[in-house]
Parts: sequence; C-alpha cells; structure tokens
Amino acid sequence: MDDLYRENILDHFKNPRNYGKLNDPDFEADEENISCGDRIGMQIKLKNSMPKSIEEIKFHGEGCAISMASASLLTEKVKGKTLEDAKKIGKDDIMKMLGVTLTPTRLKCGLLPLEVLSRTLSLVK
Amino acid sequence: MINATKIKSDFPLFKRLINGKSIVYLDSTASSLKPQQVIEAINEYYTRYSVNIFRGVYDLSEEATVNYEEVRVKVAKFIGGKNENEIVFVRNATEAINLVMDSWGRQNIKSGDEMVATVMEHHANFVTWQQLAQLKNAKIKYLDINEDGYLKLDELASFVTKKTKLFAVTYVSNVLGTINPLKKIILTVKKINPEIVVVIDGAQAVPHMKVDVSDLGCDFFAFSGHKMLGPTGIGILWGRYELLDKMVPYQFGGEMIKEVTLKKTRFQSPPYKFEAGTPHIAGVIGLGAAIDYLEKLDLKEVREHEKELVSYALQELGKDKDIKIYGPKNPEDKGGIIAFTIRGVHPHDAAQILNNDNICIRSGHHCAMPLHIRLNLNASCRASFYVYNTKEDTDKLIEGILKAKEVFKK
Repeated sequence: MDDLYRENILDHFKNPRNYGKLNDPDFEADEENISCGDRIGMQIKLKNSMPKSIEEIKFHGEGCAISMASASLLTEKVKGKTLEDAKKIGKDDIMKMLGVTLTPTRLKCGLLPLEVLSRTLSLVK
Repeated sequence: MINATKIKSDFPLFKRLINGKSIVYLDSTASSLKPQQVIEAINEYYTRYSVNIFRGVYDLSEEATVNYEEVRVKVAKFIGGKNENEIVFVRNATEAINLVMDSWGRQNIKSGDEMVATVMEHHANFVTWQQLAQLKNAKIKYLDINEDGYLKLDELASFVTKKTKLFAVTYVSNVLGTINPLKKIILTVKKINPEIVVVIDGAQAVPHMKVDVSDLGCDFFAFSGHKMLGPTGIGILWGRYELLDKMVPYQFGGEMIKEVTLKKTRFQSPPYKFEAGTPHIAGVIGLGAAIDYLEKLDLKEVREHEKELVSYALQELGKDKDIKIYGPKNPEDKGGIIAFTIRGVHPHDAAQILNNDNICIRSGHHCAMPLHIRLNLNASCRASFYVYNTKEDTDKLIEGILKAKEVFKK
C-alpha cells in the first residue's frame, strides 16, 4: 500500500539482522540523527587475516523503519568483507539495497547506519 | 464564533493540491500559514513604496517609515505593552531571547549566580541560558514537570532563591500544549527575589490567545511573526523600558547611533539601540497585517475555537488504545497542540504515511530534547491546530493513523 514501506524494508525492520551487542567487540561507535533523536550504535570484531576483514558485526539502538532496515541490510552486506571493501560502500549502495527513493529528510534516516559504520571503521588503525 | 471554512478561503495555500489531493495542515506550531491579506501587504510594500525608512525626506520614505512605526504601536497594544518604545524588532523569538542573553545576561550574570529554567522549554529558551551559565560559571537549575505535563509548581518556592537572577519559562509548551499559569508563577518568584528577571517565551501564546505583558508582570517577552499568520524573518522582543535602557547594544552599525566621531559613539535610546542596520521592513508591514487579521477574528474566539478542536482531538485520539497522548488532558489548560506516540509505529514513519494523504504533522523532538529525555522518548508525533482547522482535520488524522498501524501490524 505504501511505496516506501515495501515488504523488504518492513521485514528488515520487524526482524532486524545482526541486531544486538557483541561480547568482545574490537571497535564500536554510535551516532545520532539530530532530526529525530534516533541513535544507532555498531560494534565490529575483526578477523586477523591479511587483509583484515569484518568477522562479526552487530548494531543496536532505536529508530524508524528506514534507519533500522538500512542498518540491518548494511550489516548483512559488510559481514565478511575486507575493511577496504566495506569502506567503499556509499550512499548509492544504500539506496540500491533499500530499493526506494528517499526525500532529503528521510535520507538522513537511511544514511545514519552508513555514517555509524564509517565512524566505526575509522577507529581501526 | 470562528468559521474555519470561511477563514480557509483567505489562505491561498489551501487552493493547492498535491497529487490531486487537498492539504490537511496540522503543523501551525512550527509555522502558521499566511492569509492573502498578509501577502498583499508585503506585496504592496515591494510594489508601491519599497524604499528605506528613517531620514528620507521624500514622500516614499516617509510613507515607509510611518507604516513601519505604526506596526510598532500596533504590536505594543496587541500584547498589552504600555509603550511602543518597548518593542524591538528582531528575526524571530530565538533571536529575541538571544538579544536578552547578549545585552542583559552577559552584563548581569556573574560567576556563582543562579538561573532557573524549566524542562519543558523549547531549545531557544533553554540552550541560550545553559550556554550563558557555562560561559559565566553560573548555576542553572531546571524545574521539572509532573506526570500530567504540568510544571511542578509546588517545588517552585524552594527552587527559586534570593540568589536566582533569571527565570526563563515558556507561556505555552510547544509539545505538551501546557498553558502555564504565568501570573501566579511570576508573583511567586518575584516575592522570593524582587530583582529576578523573568524571560517569557511567548511564541506559542501570542498567536492563539489574548496576551497582556503588563498584567503578567514579566520583564522580557519574546515571540515570532511567522507563527501568527505573519511572514518569516520577523520576531519581537518586548522588554521593560528601564531594563532595555540600561542594556548594552546588541549589534553595531547604522540606525542604532546618535553620534559617531573618530573617538567614540553615542547610541540611540531603545528600541533603536537594538535595531542596527536596515530592518526587515516588509516583514514588519506583513506582521501588521497579521495583527489586523487576528484582531478582526478576536483572540478570545481563536482560543475558544482551538479549545474545541483540542478537546475533540483528545477525545477521539484517546479512544485508540495504541495511542499515547502527552501533556494535560484538560482542554482548559492546553493550547491547540497534541503530542502523541503510536504503539509499534515510529513517529517518523507515522508522519511519512500521513504525508501520503497530505496530512502535515511534525515528528521528532520539536526542538525540545530535554523534555523528550524527561518523557523517556526519542521522538513524538505532534499535531497542532489554528484558525483554519476543523474537526474533520482530526478525523482525517485518525484515518491516517489507522493506515500507519496497518502497515506496521505484526
């Protein structure tokens, strides 16, 4: 009934993948969406391979369907990826995963998880 | 009595269709719509006498100056001010409060002084004082609310002390809708410390009810033009003249000076001391037309109309067990503002789905994050009413909420 709330988004919102917290994360960061006060945190655990890759990733927080679905889809996508590949994910990839066009206000919701991910990855030395 | 359907025809925006559908506007707390009369007044200034005010001896400049200054008189009368020299034109209520902070606060608040604000303030009347406290190493305390969204007035007398130099409070909460009993509050705090300076955020009051600053007994009163059918970019600070007179200027430049030499500058008296540079002449003219429009409707009638609308909304939204309403449930103490959450639907998602039917509500923290933290919320939905709203708007809101719940049902 609503273009924005397609089955895929609602599914990821209602049953978010990789939701929760890691026991022993290597790096973590969080970020707030100033327009609505939603906050998302992410934790990663790295695999000591060469090059380094993301072995485990979890997110937590509370948010609207768009930000939660985006976080769920994003964590699913980067799990197992090398850091270098994970850093390459950009706005267009998020849009493709969500499969909808977002208005400028809602774009902030959709991109919040990506912002958190890039903050988390920036901590890796 | 207010005839909202007739009033609606004065607002050209309602002629607009989006995706073939008409607009249900429930966000006047953020900004009101503008009637044709206001648009025409602005248009007339730009078309017929769009020149600068003051010191032009030609007819056009005289006309602009007279019309500009007439609005100052009009504003003073409208809010019960004694004298138009107590009316300072600024950009908005936020700037009005910042002016008080800059020109009074910085001079008068010292290390160790106390200030009191409330947890229900809009950021404009919150962050400003919080920052001043940090800057001056002063103390700031925030009066809490009770579970029904009223200020805990029983704690007021122990909260404000002889050392409290400033008390900042809103007239009407922009989220809860609570109408604070200001006269009683001000009497209480002035009894404790007659020297206390009381700053009122009147942005949600002036558009919706009869305000009398002299009767209230406050020292500063701030409000915005764009929330009262006027244009954006024009706000008003009312201040007691003795205080304004002692304050330092807010900005420097043209219009605010009496005499400038290489050695020094002498400043004008209030309000001109605070109005550096060419002001928003068109904005002031538009504000004048908005006041004319509101006075014709009669503010008492406006208040009655909104009371009826909020009463109906409380009743109808209250029927849905999934909807939680914040703030007073008694329409007598509540402006035309209703904040709520829907179980299982994030406020952003609710607002988005309502937008499919052109129902404009606000979602988020409404520039009141401390209040949302107090309510243990990230965000809320807010619907607000004004002169052009009808009960049918609430019916449409409820239909829209049902659709949102349908999308998110488990």
